[in-house]
Amino acid sequence: MTDAVQTSNMSEAGTDSAVAIAVARTGTVEKILRIVIPFIMVALAIGLWQLHITVNEVPRYIMPAPGDVIAALYTDWGTLSPSLLVTLRITFLALGIALVGGVGLAIILVQSKWIELAIFPFAVILQVTPMIAIAPLLIIYMPDTQSALLTCAFVVAFFPILSNMVAGLKSVDHNLLNLFELYGANRWQTLLYLKLPASLPYFAAGLRIGGGLSLIAAVVAEFAAGSAGKGAGLAFRLLESGYRLNYPRLYAALILLMVTGVAIFAATSLIAWLLLHRWHESAMKREN
Amino acid sequence: MTDILEAAPNTAETAPERTVVSMRNVSKLFSNGTLALKDMSLDVRRGEFLSLLGPSGCGKSTALRIIAGLGAASSGSIDWPSSRINAKGLPEGDVGFVFQEPTLMPWASVFDNVYLPLRLNGMSKSGARPRIMEALASVGLSDFEKSYPRELSGGMKMRVSIARALVTKPRLLLMDEPFAALDEITRQKLNDDVLRLWRETGITVIFVTHSVFESAFLSNRIVVMRARPGQVCADLAIETTGERDANYRTSEEYRATTDRVSRALQEAIMLGAQGQ
Repeated sequence: MTDAVQTSNMSEAGTDSAVAIAVARTGTVEKILRIVIPFIMVALAIGLWQLHITVNEVPRYIMPAPGDVIAALYTDWGTLSPSLLVTLRITFLALGIALVGGVGLAIILVQSKWIELAIFPFAVILQVTPMIAIAPLLIIYMPDTQSALLTCAFVVAFFPILSNMVAGLKSVDHNLLNLFELYGANRWQTLLYLKLPASLPYFAAGLRIGGGLSLIAAVVAEFAAGSAGKGAGLAFRLLESGYRLNYPRLYAALILLMVTGVAIFAATSLIAWLLLHRWHESAMKREN
Repeated sequence: MTDILEAAPNTAETAPERTVVSMRNVSKLFSNGTLALKDMSLDVRRGEFLSLLGPSGCGKSTALRIIAGLGAASSGSIDWPSSRINAKGLPEGDVGFVFQEPTLMPWASVFDNVYLPLRLNGMSKSGARPRIMEALASVGLSDFEKSYPRELSGGMKMRVSIARALVTKPRLLLMDEPFAALDEITRQKLNDDVLRLWRETGITVIFVTHSVFESAFLSNRIVVMRARPGQVCADLAIETTGERDANYRTSEEYRATTDRVSRALQEAIMLGAQGQ
């Protein structure tokens, strides 16, 4: 597994080799199954969907068959892809600002309990107010729809990142803090070499939650705020297709949203793994 | 590995009375009202291996932390007669500290953990490399620079912690019950290693422990402390005729020493229980 373990196992290598081969084989089988099982399950679900439509003779304007959706994805790509780009842009921009703002504000908050007392109420109020309720207001106050949507998505993604980072920055091992004090570390060094690395697991948790929420918020905000024409995102396409009873296109837009959500989840999970896999229990396989 | 502290060869014989640190009437009152230390005075001489021995609550760890500058004394003074003092009243780069737990940064490799004190002093990684490798070699971990703390055993983590304390080449090494959580075999091995490092480098060690056997094996001076309030109660010089090695552990001389130390500790515990 690792250099250290390999070195220390050298002396017992002879006795363990048979076991090692068996372990490697189950490892390969498991790896294949890990990929195959989810795909089989999704394919099964699509098969059931098709079965439901064929057996019950569901009309197309109620629920399209999987084939219809794929066809719509292909034929309506010209309409759907600009909307996808709009939604993606809002999602990632909001997440980016939320990351910078959340981490930055968390660092400021933990500097003193007075700053925390002064600022935290606003963060909490922003969090507990249903975003869908303030979206119409934002439409009025913001110069254009896009920035209103962006603000909504930001507000939602911001809080989990902020509160996770605050928790992370505060949960540093006291002995390590003592150690840094002992060696005369200044505030900046303590932040850079101790507090930020120590809060990486919390950051990873905040990132995963914030990533998913920013997409959801970008869509919900568009439902609430409404948009049209060139700058319309996928939420608008969903509504529009619904009004027109163009259900294959509605399903196609929905599938694009799902794929985006899964991609964001995979990407944030990968980042979390890259940050933590060498040292943190959350990213480690348990071995007994 | 022998020259990790080449600046200070074993000077115990040449300048036995040179004081490294001296505590004068140090008291420590915690905010919850506990008087952890009362009027403690102690002169630590250069090259000594001094153990602070006592029951829990006798303030031995508190004393060690005050010497290290972690938490100020409520009254009294700490002097460093032969060290350069920085703005905080602490000797500059002269103290290494080993905590009860290894206290390693889990996200950093063994190399980076040992690099930390030098990094905080602004030394570059490449410039620090020889000293880091030297410190790792002195605790027998040369091959593990790239490992992460979680991949090491408890004893190895402690060795990394010791290497980190030694990498600044301090004159004084403070150890706060460093091996209390380790098994007996690992503990004996590490005791041997600490003694070897002490002999080879001439470093002054203050070692906090609650083990009579550990203190009797390691130290040439044992300060026994009592609780309620924390005070020095006995100051024993431990002389040995031969080497402190595996044979010493089973020798009559060692047994006599542990008897003497046990009696002193028993007295300290009684005094603490009576609260006089």
